[in-house]
Amino acid sequence: MDGKRGELMAVVEVRNLRKRYGEIVAVDGIDFSVEAGEVFALLGPNGAGKTTTVEILEGYRNPDGGSATVLGQDPRTAGPSWRERIGIVLQQSGIEKELTVREALTRLARLYRDPADVETTIGRVGLNEKTDARIKTLSGGQRRRVDMAAAIIGRPEVIFLDEPTTGFDPAARREAWRLVTELTADGATVILTTHYLDEAQHLADRVAVIAGGRIVAEGDPSTLGGRQTRVATIRFRTAGQLPESLSHQAITRKDGWTEIASTRPVETLYALTGWALDNGVPLDGLEMARPSLEDVYLELAGEDG
Amino acid sequence: MGNLWWEFVHHTRVFWRVPVAAFFTVAFPLMFLVLFNLLNGDATVDSLGGLGFAQFFTPAIAVFSIVTACYTNLVITTSMDRDEGILKRVLGTPLPPGTYIGGRVLAASGIGLTSVLIMLIVGVVAFDVEVLWSRLPLALLVLVVGAAAWSALALAVAGLTSNGQAAPAIANATILPLAFISGVFFPVESGPEWLATLAAFFPLRPFVAAFSEQWNPLVDPGFPGVDLLVLLAWGVVGAWIAMRRFTWEPAKLVRS
Repeated sequence: MDGKRGELMAVVEVRNLRKRYGEIVAVDGIDFSVEAGEVFALLGPNGAGKTTTVEILEGYRNPDGGSATVLGQDPRTAGPSWRERIGIVLQQSGIEKELTVREALTRLARLYRDPADVETTIGRVGLNEKTDARIKTLSGGQRRRVDMAAAIIGRPEVIFLDEPTTGFDPAARREAWRLVTELTADGATVILTTHYLDEAQHLADRVAVIAGGRIVAEGDPSTLGGRQTRVATIRFRTAGQLPESLSHQAITRKDGWTEIASTRPVETLYALTGWALDNGVPLDGLEMARPSLEDVYLELAGEDG
Repeated sequence: MGNLWWEFVHHTRVFWRVPVAAFFTVAFPLMFLVLFNLLNGDATVDSLGGLGFAQFFTPAIAVFSIVTACYTNLVITTSMDRDEGILKRVLGTPLPPGTYIGGRVLAASGIGLTSVLIMLIVGVVAFDVEVLWSRLPLALLVLVVGAAAWSALALAVAGLTSNGQAAPAIANATILPLAFISGVFFPVESGPEWLATLAAFFPLRPFVAAFSEQWNPLVDPGFPGVDLLVLLAWGVVGAWIAMRRFTWEPAKLVRS
């Protein structure tokens, strides 16, 4: 599961990680590693174990079994010098809303030995015009940008983003994505959790699909679930009787649509359209679809969820 | 040391930005001070040997504002900030947790001391309260010990309180009955003796007594050793509970 270089380069190493809350198993033996500069997404439905995993890496929870290291240290025992090197965006903002953007970031910057410039950081998250506005007067999307600024004010090497866009409208999400993409251009390693597939696809170099506390698939977002995407579905309506060679793979549904699942769609389509032309039979609404990543994700998440 | 100062500045700033908190902590006791002193005019307190009402009431309600700032306010704001994930966010930074708490306690103490000062000035200027200058250092010592003890108790209660919405009720329910039996609004000497004896075991009565007697020209109190010891003992118990029970994260049964 790991790259060959993983031994040398891994910034995050997770081995057989386990965590339970009473009777509920939140994380049930997870392994992964993240290399320097990578953007790694943990993708899964609510309750899958994403936040528990990330909060173990952030040092908020102790695992019941297995091990986790971040920047070579155990987050449970790592001290302030380790915290200097990580940046966190939690699900809840956790920043006092009574302060202005500048006041909040100036205060946070003082906590780090070598912080980024406050004005520059406010500019990077696109809040120049809100620098002296109280945070409580900002929109949800703008507040999230304050959270992002707070996460990078200490110039972290590793940034954790826990569901950074949950509850956003589509425009605010695109905005947040642009921001994350820009921040990662610095070369920081990013670990992000999300239950939006398109978010993982858009932002991550590598995605692990997590469901029921286990990783059910992992890889490049474009080839994730490659096996499943090889099956294409051909749909149409027809009044004719399909020949034997096609009808054994076909399912006619109650609504009148006929579906053929095929691993060799070019040949199947050739046979189907040839038969239709030869017999003068119309194929109304003929279409072919491959399952979207959404379908693959739901299937993977469902299997174990 | 630098961080502690800046955390003090931070918490002081946040406090004054919340009008409700500032009102209840500073304006409310001041309102009591003015109203009660006006209503009682030139009355004297017989049970205190004929001490003028303003001379009895002003230090008592003034010292109570330390309790409002360091206890009531600290219990409520700390619990609410925990619910909002503010405490959790701080743990994710290099700031040592002790420095954060220290900054919070210092800010609350500063707010309380400011409030005491305002009330005493109003008492002296508007209601002819007499200042016994030689006893002021001792009065200040009592305030400092009280601020520390009440802050420790606040952190203990915040640790035992699981959600911020219940915090105002818990803070008020624990402190208001004590205020009535501890000589803040009425002299304990006017009530039954057993009630005064009972009150002396709780932290508020010794605090009010040790401070108020520094303002009573009719007695020569000496060093309030027993009162300060009782106060300190409560503070130590509070700190002990806080260290075991204080939590930094919102209460939730299961996190995903």
